[in-house]
Amino acid sequence: MIYYLLAAGLLAVGMYAVLVKRNLIKIVMGMLIIEYAVNLMLILVAYRTGGQAPIVTEQMRVSPGPFVDPLPQALILTSIVIGLALVALMVTLCLRLYQRYGTLDTSHIRRLKG
Amino acid sequence: MVEGLLFAILVFMVLGSIIAVETRDLLSSVIAVGAVGFGLAVVFLILAAPDLAIVQVVVEVLTLIMLLRVVVSRKDETLAHSLRRGAAFAAVAGVAFCTIFLVYGWVCFQDLPAFGEPLMRVSHRYIEQGLAEVNAPNLVTAVLLDYRAYDTLGEATVIFTAIVGALAILRRKGRTTDERGDDADR
Amino acid sequence: MNAGMTLIVKTTARLVLTFIMVFAAALALYGHVTPGGGFAGGAVAACGLILMLLAFGRLETAKVVGKQGASTWECVGALGFLVIALVGYTAGMFFTNVLPEGETFRLLSAGTVLWSNVAIFVKITAGLFAVYAVLAAFRMAEEPTQEERP
Repeated sequence: MIYYLLAAGLLAVGMYAVLVKRNLIKIVMGMLIIEYAVNLMLILVAYRTGGQAPIVTEQMRVSPGPFVDPLPQALILTSIVIGLALVALMVTLCLRLYQRYGTLDTSHIRRLKG
Repeated sequence: MVEGLLFAILVFMVLGSIIAVETRDLLSSVIAVGAVGFGLAVVFLILAAPDLAIVQVVVEVLTLIMLLRVVVSRKDETLAHSLRRGAAFAAVAGVAFCTIFLVYGWVCFQDLPAFGEPLMRVSHRYIEQGLAEVNAPNLVTAVLLDYRAYDTLGEATVIFTAIVGALAILRRKGRTTDERGDDADR
Repeated sequence: MNAGMTLIVKTTARLVLTFIMVFAAALALYGHVTPGGGFAGGAVAACGLILMLLAFGRLETAKVVGKQGASTWECVGALGFLVIALVGYTAGMFFTNVLPEGETFRLLSAGTVLWSNVAIFVKITAGLFAVYAVLAAFRMAEEPTQEERP
């Protein structure tokens, strides 16, 4: 239970960065922290006490022990790589915005119309 | 043993993320985000997911390279004397929202199964008949590419769209004239 | 990013690049037997290509990958994955596993899982490398382009 709360705390820190901060790089880092928190929450749900990694070895074919849940691990795998593509997109947007407006402060960008 | 180590690393990750969000120097916050990511890779290892640990470490390195490219190349002085009007209200509202979120999260977490006993209603079939049906010892790959191949197709589409979007944004218009002849990849 | 780095970095990169690419190929090809798979192999191979980009510069990398090489290979990987999915139609449904399953723990087993891993490997490598190649070629103007700067 405390682990779920810590993962939710990580998500809350990321959300605080996205909502309150004005620097665009801080907002990008907030989104990155939110993505870490979501992956962490999924892997916490998938753990089984005393379980092994879901890979069948030769001696386990005869007598399989308890496995951890393989379904959330497949979901997290795709989610991690999608997160990287998202960060790439956000960083290219930041570069273009800096080139266009000369600043990365969202309050300045919002006031300059052009 | 697993629980103690997990608790320590989770606390380290939360503290690292607070440092990453609050510190003023951008290079330090990028390094703090990197520390949080590597902590996540260690958590993946502790919780018996070696595939995820490999991918998380490599993706973390690539993310750090990309963030450093943005952080190092900017010379932004406008942030030093930006307006402070409404900053206190924004911070208080943000903290209040996150506190309410945590309280409701605690209420919702009562319905989740206890840590260490997953529900596994669907995965029972994957574990028991995965090796017989797919003949692949790596059950995560069997789930990803045989039982749930649609999700992998969707993920390939999402990555393709994001990368094409990034390439379209950073196209020719941003370059100086002497580079137009020798660009490696558009 | 036209010129690469010093001679020490280039020599070390030449030595290390072989290991990185072989490790990535092993992760991707044996993805159905050992931990890894197409995503892990693709990410590691993208790291190797980015090392080549950083150590040798854009021109040398363009000779190896080819102009427009990254975009082309990414499309090849995505189309390959779709072809494998459509081949499942010969057994009646989208995405069924049609190729014969060999013995366990071998390379050529588990039907279409092996070829899906290869297609995903090509796609992820080319896609991630394309983003970094464009980021490396992007030069920002020294001053911003708009007129009313505060």
